[in-house]
Amino acid sequence: MTMIFGVPLAVFMGQLMLGLINGAFYALLSLGLAVIFGLLKIVNFAHGAQYMLGAFAALLGAQYLGINYWLALLLVPLVVGAFGALLERLVLRRIAHLDHLYGLLLTFGLALIFEGSLINLFGVSGASYPIPEALSGGIKLPFMFLPTYRGWVLVAALVVCLGTWFIIERTRLGAYLRAGTENPALMQAFGVNVPLLVTLTYGFGVALAAFAGVLAAPLYPVSPTMGSSLLIVVFAVVVIGGMGSILGAILTGLAMGLIEGLTKVYYPEAANTVIFLVMIMVLMLRPAGLFGKEA
Amino acid sequence: MNQTLDRPTASPAVGAHGDEALSLADVNAFYGESHILHGVELRVKRGELVTLLGRNGAGRSTTLKTIMNMVGSRSGSIKINGQETLGMKPHHIPRLGVGYCPEERGIFASLDVEENLLLPPTVRSGGMSLDDIYAMFPNLYERRRSQGTRLSGGEQQMLAMARILRTGAEILLLDEITEGLAPVINQKLAEVLITLKSRGMTIVLVEQNFRFAAPLADRHFVMEHGRIIETIEARDLDARREHLNSLLGV
Ligand SMILES: Nc1ncnc2c1ncn2[C@@H]1O[C@H](COP(=O)(O)OP(=O)(O)OP(=O)(O)O)[C@@H](O)[C@H]1O
Ligand SMILES: [Mg+2]
Repeated sequence: MTMIFGVPLAVFMGQLMLGLINGAFYALLSLGLAVIFGLLKIVNFAHGAQYMLGAFAALLGAQYLGINYWLALLLVPLVVGAFGALLERLVLRRIAHLDHLYGLLLTFGLALIFEGSLINLFGVSGASYPIPEALSGGIKLPFMFLPTYRGWVLVAALVVCLGTWFIIERTRLGAYLRAGTENPALMQAFGVNVPLLVTLTYGFGVALAAFAGVLAAPLYPVSPTMGSSLLIVVFAVVVIGGMGSILGAILTGLAMGLIEGLTKVYYPEAANTVIFLVMIMVLMLRPAGLFGKEA
Repeated sequence: MNQTLDRPTASPAVGAHGDEALSLADVNAFYGESHILHGVELRVKRGELVTLLGRNGAGRSTTLKTIMNMVGSRSGSIKINGQETLGMKPHHIPRLGVGYCPEERGIFASLDVEENLLLPPTVRSGGMSLDDIYAMFPNLYERRRSQGTRLSGGEQQMLAMARILRTGAEILLLDEITEGLAPVINQKLAEVLITLKSRGMTIVLVEQNFRFAAPLADRHFVMEHGRIIETIEARDLDARREHLNSLLGV
């Protein structure tokens, strides 16, 4: 049996793959946070709750409306994203002129409300969401057995991440977003409806979180608190990558997943804290983050 | 290219003000609590080039920002092509055909030169094409893939001007476009302004560089403490040069 530093190759690759899949979720979520932060300058503390809402919407949609996984993957981000847009329009906009700290507090409050309401309705214990039939089973790779659904999550998350990167960095709409991030007043003076752009951007960021939630539903127990623990790690990822860089958010998310996976192989006790250790190191050596612009 | 000729000339129904591109009456503007403009009166006819002169802090930039609804609050009357705009949202004003070039130029660092050029949405048909613009500003063509803020000051100024020419705007509000630029670049900008004027554009030029503005303008408005204190027609300029110099403190 091939060994890597005293660990069987299959175990090594298996953990790496698990890490990469976690990393894909980190990437999706920190990407949404970065998009929202860029234009709104709000640290969206409701992001974890919105991810959870995505998973719940898929679960409830299946239970009560017979919506299957594939339809949920399409509909849930739209519905939850629209709900996010409404939230921006009706709530966040009212405090947009205040210090950005208020946005953080407000979204934190919203997260608690979403979580609390769902705990009230469904309790804390999670329900499980079935893996769609087409993605059940697994693929035998030369060095390991890869469950098909996990492979799919990785591919889907990467495609959405890169698609988002492409839209933002290479299209006209993305140019509006980048310019609006820099100088919204001038964008208005050019005739761009910046308030609408802000609403759509927030809605899009929320839709990314909801998409991640649907992807996660068959992997993890769907429970009201599933987002809050994840969000803490994602914030650490965002700090490491640096706020505001799209590609940085994606790459850092994947890299941190891998580092977590590797730590699980060689020193499992530290697996849950290694990202925070990296965060502290980055904060000391490069406070703006790996991809952030130094002030 | 001469879009003003395509439009029907002012009908009698529009009245005596039908040929006014811009008309400000008793305009007051505020940044929060600070009252900056105090009853500004300003009329610009279609196809005219006028300047806003004054010492630092006189309120010239604020006047342009007030027209664009970029100040905290404003009152009075601001008509663009005869249409009252006081209650309009900021992003609707450019769509009346107004192009604004801010004092700090506002080139976007996260966009390359061509993206900067293509950024402002078209507000009217008849704007210059990208080819026209590159013909007018060959430097921009050479550097079209550079990051916007990597350009020299003069190139950035040309970019800031050029990008509003693409939109079809026919009323241009230009804030200190010659500030800190070499004489050859000012010469180039003067030529551009003459071309634009010959195409029927209406131009409001905020300037410190009076030697640059004097030969171009039909009329000069002098501001002080948020008011227009003097209007000088181009034909009276020679006779009133000393008076003007004393107003500007030069
Ligand atoms: N954002 C702002 N908030 C508060 N006050 C402002 C603001 N911008 C300008 N002012 C004040 O308004 C007055 C007029 O400023 P403005 O920029 O219009 O002057 P200006 O004539 O363009 O002069 P210059 O550009 O040469 O300095 C100044 O007293 C300035 O301090
Ligand atoms: Mg000024």
